Formats: sequence, structure tokens, C-alpha cells
Amino acid sequence: MSRTHTFLTACLVAAGLALPAAASAQGTIKVGVLHSLSGTMAISETTLKDTVLMLIDEQNKKGGLLGRKLEAVVVDPASDWPLFAEKARGLLEKDKVAVVFGCWTSVSRKSVLPVFEKDNGLLFYPVQYEGEESSKNVIYTGAAPNQQAIPAVDYLMKEVGVKRWALEGTDYVYPRTTNKILEAYLRAKGVASEDISINYTPFGYADWQTRVAAIKRFGSAGKKTAVVSTINGDANVPFYKELGNAKISAEDIPVVAFSVGEEELSGLDTKPLVGHLAAWNYFMSINTPANKAFINQWHAYIKNPKRTTNDPMEAHYIGFSLWVKAVQKAGSTDVDKVLAALPGLEVPNLTGGTAKLLPNHHITKPVYIGEVKADGQFDIVWKTAGTVPGDAWSDFLPGSKDIEADWVTLKCGNYNTKTKVCSGQNYK
Amino acid sequence: MRLLDGLRCCGHRSGRGARQIGLRWFQSLLLAATLFAPDALAQSRNDGFLAALGELREASFPDKEKIVERLSESGHPSARPVLTALLEDRLYVRPQDQKIFLVKSGDDSLASFELVDPLSLRDAGSSPRDALTKVGTNNSLRKLLKLTVARFDLSSPASAVRLAAVEEMLRSLDDASIALLRKRVGVETDAGVKEEIETGLALAALDSSDPQARLDGIATLAHNLRQQVRNRLAGLLEQSADGGFVERDERVRRAAATAVRAIDRSRTFYSGIETLFFGLSVGSVLVLVAIGLAVTFGVMGVINMAHGELMMLGAYTTYVVQLAMPRHIGASILVAVPAAFLVAGLAGVVLERTIIRFLYGRPLETLLATFGVSLVLQQLVRSIFSANNRSVETPAWMSGTLQLNDALSITYNRLYIVIFTLIVFAILLIVLKRTRLGLDIRAVTQNRAMAQAMGIRTEWVDAMTFGLGSGIAGVAGVALSQFTNVGPNLGQSYIIDSFMVVVFGGVGNLWGTLVGGMSMGVVNQLLEPYAGAVLAKIFVLVALILFIQRWPRGLFPQTGRAAESQ
Amino acid sequence: MRVARRLWSTLADDPGGAVFLALLLAVATVMPALNQVVPVSSALHLSTYSLTLIGKYLCYAMLALAVDLIWGYGGILSLGHAAFFALGGYAMGMYLMRQIGRRGVYGNPILPDFMVFLNWQKLPWFWLGFNHFWFALAMMALVPALLAYVFGWLAFRSRVTGVYLSIMTQALSYALMLAFFRNDMGFGGNNGFTDFKDILGFDLHQDGTRVVLLVITAAALATSYLACRAIVGSRAGRVIRAIRDAESRTRFLGYRVESYKLWVFVFSAVLAGIAGALYVPQVGIINPSEFAPINSIEVVIWVAVGGRGTLVGAAAGAVLVNYAKTFFTGALPEVWLYALGSLFVLVTLFLPRGLMGLVSRPRRPLRPGDALPATWTDRSRVGVSAGSKTK
Repeated sequence: MSRTHTFLTACLVAAGLALPAAASAQGTIKVGVLHSLSGTMAISETTLKDTVLMLIDEQNKKGGLLGRKLEAVVVDPASDWPLFAEKARGLLEKDKVAVVFGCWTSVSRKSVLPVFEKDNGLLFYPVQYEGEESSKNVIYTGAAPNQQAIPAVDYLMKEVGVKRWALEGTDYVYPRTTNKILEAYLRAKGVASEDISINYTPFGYADWQTRVAAIKRFGSAGKKTAVVSTINGDANVPFYKELGNAKISAEDIPVVAFSVGEEELSGLDTKPLVGHLAAWNYFMSINTPANKAFINQWHAYIKNPKRTTNDPMEAHYIGFSLWVKAVQKAGSTDVDKVLAALPGLEVPNLTGGTAKLLPNHHITKPVYIGEVKADGQFDIVWKTAGTVPGDAWSDFLPGSKDIEADWVTLKCGNYNTKTKVCSGQNYK
Repeated sequence: MRLLDGLRCCGHRSGRGARQIGLRWFQSLLLAATLFAPDALAQSRNDGFLAALGELREASFPDKEKIVERLSESGHPSARPVLTALLEDRLYVRPQDQKIFLVKSGDDSLASFELVDPLSLRDAGSSPRDALTKVGTNNSLRKLLKLTVARFDLSSPASAVRLAAVEEMLRSLDDASIALLRKRVGVETDAGVKEEIETGLALAALDSSDPQARLDGIATLAHNLRQQVRNRLAGLLEQSADGGFVERDERVRRAAATAVRAIDRSRTFYSGIETLFFGLSVGSVLVLVAIGLAVTFGVMGVINMAHGELMMLGAYTTYVVQLAMPRHIGASILVAVPAAFLVAGLAGVVLERTIIRFLYGRPLETLLATFGVSLVLQQLVRSIFSANNRSVETPAWMSGTLQLNDALSITYNRLYIVIFTLIVFAILLIVLKRTRLGLDIRAVTQNRAMAQAMGIRTEWVDAMTFGLGSGIAGVAGVALSQFTNVGPNLGQSYIIDSFMVVVFGGVGNLWGTLVGGMSMGVVNQLLEPYAGAVLAKIFVLVALILFIQRWPRGLFPQTGRAAESQ
Repeated sequence: MRVARRLWSTLADDPGGAVFLALLLAVATVMPALNQVVPVSSALHLSTYSLTLIGKYLCYAMLALAVDLIWGYGGILSLGHAAFFALGGYAMGMYLMRQIGRRGVYGNPILPDFMVFLNWQKLPWFWLGFNHFWFALAMMALVPALLAYVFGWLAFRSRVTGVYLSIMTQALSYALMLAFFRNDMGFGGNNGFTDFKDILGFDLHQDGTRVVLLVITAAALATSYLACRAIVGSRAGRVIRAIRDAESRTRFLGYRVESYKLWVFVFSAVLAGIAGALYVPQVGIINPSEFAPINSIEVVIWVAVGGRGTLVGAAAGAVLVNYAKTFFTGALPEVWLYALGSLFVLVTLFLPRGLMGLVSRPRRPLRPGDALPATWTDRSRVGVSAGSKTK
């Protein structure tokens, strides 16, 4: 019977531990970090966690914010989408953080969205994504399709003279939406449908022989062909390896990727990739004082001079600066006050310009096209003249071209300008 | 009109075409004139060359392309080395005196570069890397450079170089290339190169106004399997917007149609062989990852969920070996294979001695325990190496393609993996059938008590068997590192497939694993072009499930008293 | 009355079960009170976050019960039970998606957002009917049941047992995962279903709804426990245990082994499906990674940690392991895999009867050569004869 007793006590203790922990240390402002530290996305997201910690450190050295120190609350949703929602709820309800920097995949963002909207939290989302969303509680510091995909296609069409397009993507919403937009855009520019080939492969797809052979065939029809790759994550490595083995060089069929940056290249043998392209709003090789300072700061913080910086890191840098500025302007960390103070704020980016927060919760970003070099860095071959404002609702999709997001005057993320109705997230 | 079309197809912009031709004729005329005043003209030639080089410093990419054309037409003896250097990123500017130099090796890890003077091609000292700025290239510039260098290479003494040059020229056939080919065809001695040149000339002949010339061209090209040739011939059969054919002559059209049909038949045949090869290569990967499992699972009855992680250890061993010998990547794989075998084998033996040993007879417990071990191993690798993927280079002898003919090319890395799998399989078979260890293993498998009674040290045999299976997993990891990501999650992607292959082939049977794995790979690849990758995989899985219903013990079931089951 | 007496006698023999049910009752009454009644500022207030967490644990406990029923008592190790869980979850998800109606991003009253996005013009046939709750309710149970029936009929009829069966169930769940990841399948692809608004008219984000869901889950868990206990205690239960211990012998004694296995498998699948259906509204998302084979293995580990062949142990194991997971990913995010992995190894080596073994057996760990208790001799291994083990 005493054994059962022990067991019972153990259960009760466990139940008791489920009760909320003690209140937070008085005086600090809590900043939540919601990035996967294990699982498939750990590769990309651990760097972002470290970036936020570095930025918090830096801000604390400057005296903190509103006279209080910043405290990071780091959780690990382990690349598990339901766990993202749970951890987000924990951050907002249990830890009572003032702001969260987090998420990478669209699934993770979509799964935490209802939590942030219900608990009125604030999320800064740093990754390029597919658009078709604008939430009151999210600030999108990553690129919308018109800040990455469209300029890349323009470059290929005009500067490289591409006539045939192979759109290769991983089978999920970001490539699907991007390819939908690109297909509409290409058709609008007069490209025939037999000159566009769209294909999707699952996550982590490693057996690229058949697919690469098909691309080679598609590209040998006599017209200049390019591959627009929205292949994400692990599948990129075997894809590029296979391209190299099949002797498809960048001069024959260039591949422009939207999800391959310095971080991904550091895990790759870059010899077969030389000359292939990527489109981002930031490259580590861009030579500005701000960028040099950031890179030095990063190397000192992470204690490894070989680590690379990439676009999502710059997005967090911009997002953090925006948040700090908004909090100082509003004089408080209360989410509603900060949200009111944010639109219109302008902070410097790392490429020599500024990023401005627009009423649709997107920012203005310059677009760069880079060619891969053998050392894993990028040679900038083209850039937009100025910055491109982020458009949440693509002008090329029939379902979204009439939709506008405006959290300042219209107070709606999903406003149809034709029917004058606000649907979806409906805040007045 | 045709000429401009040809130019447009080959990457030049249409507006420049006519201007280019004019410029080129003018240049050639000038060149002829200089033959009558060698010395003075040689000096002015050098100056012109240097001036053009100087312009490369600040030019935009389109302007660089024009300069490259000028340099290649200049006839200067340094033109080829300079253009090759530019193509290989070995052309640098020294900002302090604005002079352009070639460097001997552009390796970024060198602190200082050895300089070569562009005019005289003699050594010009050295300079620290930071004091030099590279003259940059982009894709279209590199494409043009490859073509111009190829034109130079046409007169190289080595036939392999000439062949490569002709192939490069065939990719973008323009007038200058055709003229050079025509000049060369008479003096070419090597048969292979001559054939390629004739192909190029035949392609050019398709544009001629004389129908007989076109017919002759088609006759030459009729058995050529090149995609480009097929495109051109099919292009002759096209209909223009008003319904009439592009190719007016009826005979030519018929000849073209016959040729296209013949080419298509051949290409379909070779494409079938290619699919078969793809299937074999996918299958051989499956066999490689499953064979270690076949030993531990089939022979010892141990469900090892950490099998994938042992493969990951092998892959990381390859990475570490490459870190240790960065200048000998070619030999690194050969070193990595035994190293990975030892590392993974050792890990397996440790695993067996500390955990599995206590769990014999309880396969479900071994499943759970090894699952825990797999989590720990994954996290260990993440802590030591970071969560990022690591880059493993493919050695030069394993990269590239084996071009059997114009329609069939096989990538070397896959070919080597197929061969490697067969070798590993053979070795394993020999070990099991012909060595003392193998005999002991088989004895313990069939009747443990009896084997113990005969004096076999069963515990030692268990440890060795597990070590053997794990070592093979490590070796499989080396192969995997060549074409997929090396990261902490490497094992997870292959564990399910390994189990499927072993169960399909028949637990405890190595031949079953081989046949099972290969057939699964071939079926998967056969389906893929029609159903897409995911559906093909699903189909294979469902077929497997149904297959097991009918033949529950797999393809080659164990027989006899050893196959005790419920 | 007779049922009540049966119930009482069952519980009297089963102190563990009685404790378990009492605990569930406490959870179902005390937790909601702590959330609704106790003011937010008090230290005893239970946040909605914790409430949802407990609800999730209870769903997992139900899933563990389902697995323990077929494994601990039936000897059928299914490494794909998360598939049934996910199927039930998807059925509930489909109902919830239909409930969103016009409030979706694209404002389409019939088609969920992801279908509008894929340019589909109308609902595929398998979505029809899911706007009615009773239909969805039926599907939550029927779809897993159907799949289990077909798979089980094929498998048991061909006498596929032991490791083969386990691998086949893995293949099944893996194939389903690949299928559901495809956007073309009509189940939302990688994004799955999310952003639910309400269930039966009640707003899912309101605390009140969450409390009710928790109570329902606790009730479902209690009912499943009683049902499982009833099955196990009945004559059929004894046959099932006989099948686990000596299948051929049972067959020769005249029992239709295949039928018994099939029906217990189907029942277990239904339990898993209902657990999944209750899981989805509380967690707020269902996604194809629920089908992942790793999830099914985790379920088996919960049962092993808790104690196989004792229903209470399975439920306790599920709650404890998941609590540990939540704790570690919060407190030590970078080392939780170490902790979890070692947990599995240590429990397997030193607690072969799980935690319930601590409660009812002497604490000496098993050594090679020990006589294994008769209730859990594992005869499902192929290829090695029973050398150092007794029968």
C-alpha cells in the first residue's frame, strides 16, 4: 500500500508542478524568442535566436529600454507546429512577454496567429513569405513576394534574356503561392504556357536524378531557360549536387533561389553552385559601414569569425530597432500603444538605406540579386534603384489584387477595395 | 534574317548582331594591314591590347563582353591566357598603379598571389591578396569567355581539348564559329573531333539556301542523338502562322521527319535505360542502408532504431576526415570508408555491451532503448558539430558525368555507389559464409544453446555481429554523404526505408535484402515520371503492405527450425 | 443497477484504477475551478495555457490506453497508432474548418481558404457532410475503424505478427503522412487545418469553452478506461491475453483468433480516433506531421514508461512523459533530447515493468537469466531461439 502511496504523491506533485511558476523578476522587460532549437528547422532558426540575444545584450549595454533591462525568454518549439502555438501561449500568458521575435515557416506562423490575436501579443516575423496575410499583431520584416520573387524574375527576363521557366518548389504554401503569382506575372508578360513548367517535391527530397534530367530536357528546347527555385531546406543540397553532377552549369541554365542564403551555403560544397543566383534584400558581402559593424559584432558575440550573416538576421535587426524606437516613442511596452506608434517609423538597415514600417505592417526593402561564389558568399550583380514597399496582397492574383491591408486608417488587414468589406481578421 | 535568328538563339542580343559582324570585318581588315609593318604595328598592337585590358577595370558587364570580343579578335598571343584567366577568376587589378595582372593561382586561402604580366606572360613578382581587386565576371560573360577560349582551343595539340572546344562551340553556333570549323575540318586528324566538326557544319548547312545542301546536312545528322540536333530537325517541320511549312522543300521535310522519328526512337530507348539506371542507383542506396540492419535485425532479432544515427556517424566521419586532409579530397573517401566502419562499429559494440546485451529476447524493449539512444546521438552531434548541415565535398574522380552517348549520361557518383554497394554486399557475404566469425554468427543465430554448448563464446559473437552491422551502417553513411545532406537528421530520413527493405526481402536473408532493395528502387523510379515522387513512394509502400499480406515472411523467407515464430 | 454493481466490483479489484478515476474527477472539477473561479492575480490561478496543456495530456493518455489495450493485453505492437489519432483529428478539423465559413481570409462561405487558394471551385466529395456535427462525430470513429478493419483483416488473416506487423503499421502511417502532405489531396497539405473559430457555436478561444472541452476529455478518458477495463476483465479479455501468450495454442483450442484480434484492433483505433478528435480543438491545429512514425513510437514509449499491460500505467506514462517534454523544452531547451533519450534507455533497462512496476513489484532490476514473469513473455521475436530465457 505504501507503494501506491508513493505513486499517488508523485502524481500529485506532478500535478502541482503544472501550476504556474512564480512571478517575473521585478523591473525587467521580457522579450520572447520563439525559434526552433531542435528538429528540422533548427538549422536555420538557432542563428536567429542567437541574433535576438545579441541585440538584447547590445540594448542592455546602452542602458536598456525605458530605464529597465531587457530579459530574453527563450523557448524551443522543436519544429513541431502544434508546439509553436503552445509555446506562444506560454510566452504570452505565463511569462507575459512584451514582444516575441520568432517563427520561420509559414505553418508555424499560421499556427501561432490565433494565439497572438486572442491574447493581443506582438510578433516580429523575419522570414520571406508568401504574402496573403496581414495581421494586427504581426510585423512582417521579411520579404513579401513583390520584394523578392518579382524583381528576380524581372532581372532574368530583362538582363539575362530568359524565355523558358522551370518553377521548382517544395510542396507547401510558400512555393505554391509564389509560383501562382509568378505564373500569373509571366503570362501577363506574354510567356506561353508551354514555356512554363511547374513542379513540386516533398520536404527533404533527396533523389533528384529524374527531376534534374527532366529540367535538362526542358532546357534543351533551344530557348534560354532558367529555374526559379522555391525549394526549401534540406532538399537544396542534393538538388544542387545533382545539378553539378549532370553538368548543368549556371551559364546554361541559371537557377535563382529564394531560400538559399549564406547560412545554407555554409553546409554545401559550393563548387557546383558557382554562378547560380539568389535574390534577397541583404547579402553579407554588401560593403557598408553598418554591415561591417554588424558582422564584427556578430563574430564577437558568437565567438566564431567564420559564421555568416544572412537576410533573416537583418530582418530581426530591423524589427528590433523598430520595436525599441516604438516603445521609446510610446513611452510604454503595452502592445496597443506600441502598435499605434509603429507605422511610419524609419530605422537604418544594414545595406546603407532605411527601412520604413508601412500601414500594412510590412517594411520597405531594397532587392539584390547575387551570384554564388566559390567561397559561399555572393557577388552582387544587380539591385533595385531604391527600396520596394512590401505588398501583403499580391497585385497579380485575381483573389487578392483588390485587397488592401491598412492598420492605420482602415484598421483592417483584409479590406476589399471593390466591395468595401473588411473580412478575415476584423478589427475596427 | 536567318543569321540574326541564329544569333538570337545563341544568347547574343539581336540589336548587336549586325553591328558585331561589321566590327569584326573591320577588325579583320585592320589585322591584314598590320602584316605589312610588323614591328611598329606589333608595338601598337601591344598598346591596343593593353588599352583594352585597362578598360576591363571599370566596364559594366555588357561592355566587358564587347571588350572580350575585341581581345579575342586581336590575334595577340596573350589573348588566350588572359581570357582563360578572366574565365577562371584569375585576372586582378592592382589599384595603386592600375595595372592588370594574371595570377598563377586564385586560391582564396593564399595570403599572397604570384603575378604574371599579361603582355609578356612572364613572372612579375608577387603581391599580398588584400592589395589586389579581382576583375569580376557574371554568367553571360563567362558563357562568352567559354566560347572564345574554345575557339582558341580548336588548334590545341591535345585531341581531348579540341573535342571539348568543338562541343562548346556547338552549343552556340554562330558565324565565326562556323568559319573556324570550316577551316579546321580539312586538317583535323582525330576521328572523334572530325565527327563533331561535321555535325556542326551539317547544322550550319540546314540554313543553306540549296535544298541539296540541306538534304546532305540531314543525312549527316540522321543518327545524331543530340537534343540540339533533334530540335533543329524538328524545327524544319514546324508550321508557321499561316499554315505553310517553314521548310519549303517536300523532300527535305520528309527526310527531316524520318530522321526525327529515328532519333526519337533511339532517345526513348536510351531514356528507358537511364530510368533503369536511376532505379538501380536508388535501389543500391536502399540496399546499402538496409544491409547493416539485415544483419542486426535479421540475424540477431534486435530492432535497432539507432541504425540511422549510426549512418549519420559514418557521414560525419567523412566530414571529419575531409577536415583533416583538406588537400587530398580525392583520397579522403578511401580513408573515410574504413574510418567510418571503425567508428560506427565501435559505437555499435559499445551500444551492444552496455544496453542491448540486457535486452535480448525482448525486441520491443530494444526498440525503445535504441530509440532513446538515437535521440541522444542526434543531440550529441548537434552539440559537437552544431545543428547546421556540414558540407562534404565530392572528390573530383567521383563528380561529373559519364557520357555514353548523346542521349545517355550517367553521373559518376551514382555509378560508384552502385558498384560500392555490390562490393560491400560481396564482402559481407564472404564474411558470413567463409570466415570463422561468420560461421559463429550463423551458429548462434540458428541455435544459441547448442552453439554455447559447442564452446562458442556467444556474448563475444553478439558483440561482433552488432559491431559488423553497425560498421556497415557507418560505411553506408559515407556513401550517403556524397549526395544528400550531412546533418543530425540524416538518419531519420532513411530508417523507415531500411526497415521496409529488410522486411520485404525476408528477415535474416542478405540476398533478399539485395533483391528487395533493388526492385523497390526500380519500381519507384519507373513510377516517378508518371505519378510524381510522392505518389510513387506511397504506391511502393502500399504495394509492400499488400505484398506482406500474401507473403508474410518476405521474398526469401527463413526456413527450418531457426525460423521460429508465432 | 447491475451495471453499477459490476462497476463497483471491478473497481474494488482494481485499486490503481480507482485512484486513477478519482484523480480524473479531481482534475475535472478542481482545474476548471482554479481557472474560472480563482482570481487571476492569485498564485493558485490556473492559466488557460496550463488548462489546455492538461487537456492535451489527457488526450494523449487516451491514445496510450488504446495502445496498451492491443499491446499490453493483445501482444499486437502497432507502431502506427498515431495515424488513427490523426485521422480522428482530421475529421474534427474538417468540421471546424467548415464552421469558419465567411470568416476566413478569402471570405468564401463554403470553401476553406486553402481550397480557394488552390483555385478549386467546389468541395471535393469527401468533404460533404462535414458541416454537420453528428456526421463529423460519426466519421471520427468510423474512418479510423474502417482503416483498422481493412488493414487488420488483411494482416491477421495472413497471420502477420510480431515485428512484421509493427513494420507494416509504420509503413501505413508513413504512407498516410506522405499522402496528407500533398497539397493536391484536399487536406490542407503542409499547413493542415488551423485558425479555427468555433465549435457548435461556442468560440474556441474563450476560456469557458476550453474548460468544457477539458471536462469532456476527462470524461471520455474515464469512460475509455472503464470500457477497456471491462473488456480486459471479461471472457473475451482472457482470450485476448491467451492470444498474446500463445497464439497457436489458442487457435488450436478452437477460438477464432483472427476475429478477436481484429475487433480489439478496431476498438483501439476508434479510441485513438476519438482522442485525436478531442485533441484538435484544444491544440488549435492539425497537420500531417501528426502521422509521423516517430509520433507512434513515442506513444509506445509512454506505455512502456508507465507500465505495459496495466491500463493505469499507460495513462500515467503518457501524462508524465509529456509533462517532462513540456518541462524540458521550457527549462533546458538545448538539452532536452539528451534528457528524454536517457529517460527511455534508463526506464527500459531498470524499469522493465514501467513505473507501475515500482508500485507493485520488488525493485530489483532484471538481470540476464532471470525468469521472466508469465504475463509479459514476448514471443514475437523472429530468428533467434529462446536461448538464455525461460518459457
